[in-house]
Amino acid sequence: MTLISFLLSLAFLLLSWLLPGALSAFLGFAALAFAAFARLPQGLRGLNLALLTLGFTLGLKLSGNTLGLIGLVGILVALTTLRLPLWLRLLLGAAILLLSVPLAGFANTFVFELGIQIGIYAAMALGLNVVVGMAGLLDLGYAAFFAVGAYTWAIFGSEQAKNFLQGSFPLPGEYMYLFMGIAIVTTALTGLLIGLPALRLRGDYLAIVTLGLGEVVRILANNLDHPINFTNGPQGITPVQRPPIDWFRHLMAGLGVRLDQTTDYQLFFYLLVLLMIGLVILVNVNLANSRFGRAWVAIREDEIAARSMGIPLLPTKLLAFMTGAAFSGVMGVIFAAQRTFVSPESFTLLASINILAMVILGGMGSIPGAILGAAALSILNLDILKTFSEFVRTSLPQIPNQVDPAKYERLVLGIILVLMMIYRPEGLIPEKRHRAEMEEA
Amino acid sequence: MLEQILTLLPQVIFDGFVLGFVYAMVALGYTMVYGVLELINFAHSEIFMIGAVVGVEVFRYLAPSVGNGFLLLLLALVLGGVIAGLTAILVERFAYRPLRKRGTTNRLVPLITAIGVSFILQDLVRLIEGLWHNEFFLRMRTVEGLESSFSLFGGSVFIQTKSLILIGVSILMLVGLTYLVNRTKLGVAIRAVAQDLQTASLMGIDPDRIISRTFLIGGSLGGVAGVLFALQYTTVSPYVGFLPGIKAFTAAVLGGIGNIPGAMLGGLVLGQLENFFGTYLPILTNGNFGTEYKDVVAFLILILILLFRPQGLLGQIVREKV
Repeated sequence: MTLISFLLSLAFLLLSWLLPGALSAFLGFAALAFAAFARLPQGLRGLNLALLTLGFTLGLKLSGNTLGLIGLVGILVALTTLRLPLWLRLLLGAAILLLSVPLAGFANTFVFELGIQIGIYAAMALGLNVVVGMAGLLDLGYAAFFAVGAYTWAIFGSEQAKNFLQGSFPLPGEYMYLFMGIAIVTTALTGLLIGLPALRLRGDYLAIVTLGLGEVVRILANNLDHPINFTNGPQGITPVQRPPIDWFRHLMAGLGVRLDQTTDYQLFFYLLVLLMIGLVILVNVNLANSRFGRAWVAIREDEIAARSMGIPLLPTKLLAFMTGAAFSGVMGVIFAAQRTFVSPESFTLLASINILAMVILGGMGSIPGAILGAAALSILNLDILKTFSEFVRTSLPQIPNQVDPAKYERLVLGIILVLMMIYRPEGLIPEKRHRAEMEEA
Repeated sequence: MLEQILTLLPQVIFDGFVLGFVYAMVALGYTMVYGVLELINFAHSEIFMIGAVVGVEVFRYLAPSVGNGFLLLLLALVLGGVIAGLTAILVERFAYRPLRKRGTTNRLVPLITAIGVSFILQDLVRLIEGLWHNEFFLRMRTVEGLESSFSLFGGSVFIQTKSLILIGVSILMLVGLTYLVNRTKLGVAIRAVAQDLQTASLMGIDPDRIISRTFLIGGSLGGVAGVLFALQYTTVSPYVGFLPGIKAFTAAVLGGIGNIPGAMLGGLVLGQLENFFGTYLPILTNGNFGTEYKDVVAFLILILILLFRPQGLLGQIVREKV
C-alpha cells in the first residue's frame, strides 16, 4: 500500500514535469485519491501530498491546463479532512495558496482569474452556509446582497454618483476599503429589510419570498436608470475604480517579485480574496461555537423545541440572515473593483442557485465543504464546460453548435442538485451533526 | 389623467381577467401537488412552459394541413396536455419518488430537487428546440379563425376570440377539477392521501399510484394552460415559465394553498392587480416608473399576504402538531 502510493505520486511528479497536460493531471487525481483513501502512516501521507503538490504546481505552470488547479484544491481538501500533523497542514496549505497558485498565475493569468472567482464564490458560499447550513433557512435570493454590495461601491467608485449628488466622483480608489465597511452596513440593512417580513414564514414559503425579493433587487438594478439614473440600467456601470497598489508593488519588489501590468492587480486581488476568506472562516468558526451558532442549529433541528427552550426565533434568524448578507456584500465590493464593471446580469436567479448549489454540493454547514463546492462549481462553469466546448468545436465540427456544452450550465447545475438530493443530501464533506441528522431521517 | 384612466379601464379589467385566468390555471397545478405532498413543485412552471412549446410546434406543423383554427387548437390542447402530463409523471417518478422512499423529513431536500428539475427541463427544451429549429425563441403562428375580434361598449373593450376561449377553458378546468376531487373515486383517494399517507395506504390505496395521477392531472392542466398562454401572448422560450410560475404560486398562496376555488380566486385577483399596475404606473407617475415594476407589485403582494393572512383568502389555519 504505502509503496504503491509513494510510487504513484513520484510517477505523477515525473510525468507532470516531462509531459504536462490533461493526461498527467488525471494520473495525479488517481494518486491523490490513493493517498487520501489508502491506509497510510501519517508521515508518508504527508510526503505523498507534498510530492503531489509539487507535481500539480509543475503541471499547472508548464501546461496551463487548469485541471491542475482542481488537483491543488483536492490537496487542500485532503489537508483539512485527513489526519495529519498541524505544522504540515499549515505548511502545505500556505505553500499551495501563496506559492503554487501565484507561480502558475504568472505563467498563465487565467489561473489568477479562476482563483479570484473561486475565492469570491467561496467566501459567498461560506456566508450562505451560515444562513442555509447553520440556521436552516433556505435563501434563494442570496445574489441580491451581492448586488447591493457591488452597486454600493460601483455607484460611488465611478462617475455614476454625479447623477444625483454634488461633489467630485469617482471617489479615489482607496475608498474601496471604506466601502467594504459601508457595504457590510448596507447589505445587513437590506438583509434586515428582507428578513423582517420573510423570516416569520416557514421554510418553503421563505424560499419563495427570498426568490421574489431577489428578483425585485434585479428589477430595480435593471430599471433605476430613470427617473434618476442610479444604476445605469442594463448597460451597467463601468469603469469602477480600483484601489492604488503602489505600496503593494514596492512590497513585492522588496520580496524579489517583479510585477507587470497584467499580473499586478490579479495578484493583489487574489491575495485580498484569500485574506477575506481567512476572515470569513474565522468569523464562521467563532460563530459556530458561540451562543448564536448553537441557537441557529437548535432552530434548524426543531423550531418549536428551540422556541420552548427560550430562544427568540425572529432575532436569532435575523442575525443569521444579516451575517450572511454582510459577507456577500463585502465580496460584492471586491467583485466590482476587480472587474471594474457591474451589471444586473451577474445577479440573476442563476447566480443565487449557483451559490446554493456550492453549499449543498460541499455539505451544508461544513466550512471545507463550502470551499470545495465553490471551487468545483466555479471550475466547472468557467473552465471545464468552456474547454469541453472548445474541444467539441475543434475536434468534432460535425456536431451543431447548439449543443455547445458551455451553454448548458443550468442543465449541469440541475443534474448536480437532483443527484445530490437523491444520493447524498448531506454533501461531499458533511458536517458531523448534519450527517447524523440526515442519516436519522 | 383621470379621463385617460377611465377610458382605459374596461380594457384593463378585461385583460386583467385574461391574465388572471392564466395564473389561475397554473395555480391549480401547484395547489393540487401541494395539497397532496406539501411540496412546492417548482418544476410546474417548466411543465407549463413545455405545454406552451408544444402548442407552438403543433401550430407550426399542423396549421397548413388542418384548415380549421378551432380543431387545430383542440389538437394543440390535447397534445400539450398529454405531453406536459407525461413529463410531470416522469419528474415525479425519477426525482421526487426516490426522496419519498428515503423518507427524508428535511423539507429543504424536495424543494432543492424541484429547483434542479426545473433547471434541467429548461435546458433540455432549449437543447431540443435549438437542434430542431436552430433557435429557441419561438413565435406562435397566427391562425385566422382564432384571431377574430369584436368590440363592446362603443369600442372601449377589444375582445379577441382566443381570449374568450382561454377564459372558457379555464372555467371548464375549474369545474372539472372540483368535480373530480369531490365526486369521483380517484378524488376521494387523492383527498385520503392528502389527509394521511400512511392511513390511506392501510385502506388499500396505493399512494404511489395516486400521487402519480395527481401529477398527471396537475401537469396536464399546466400543459393546457401553456398552450393557451402561447396562443394569447405569442412569444415563447424555454425560460418563459419562470415568471408565470412564480406568480401562479403567489396566486395559489393568495387563495389559500391546497384550495381549488382559492387558486382560481387568487389568480384572478393577482391578474387584475398586476395588469392594473402595469397599465397605470407609467400614467400615474408620468412615465417615471414603467411597466417593469408590475412584477415588483406581485412579489410585494405575496409578502403582504403571507404577513397578514398566511392561510390565504379562502384557506384555513393549519395548526402545527408537535
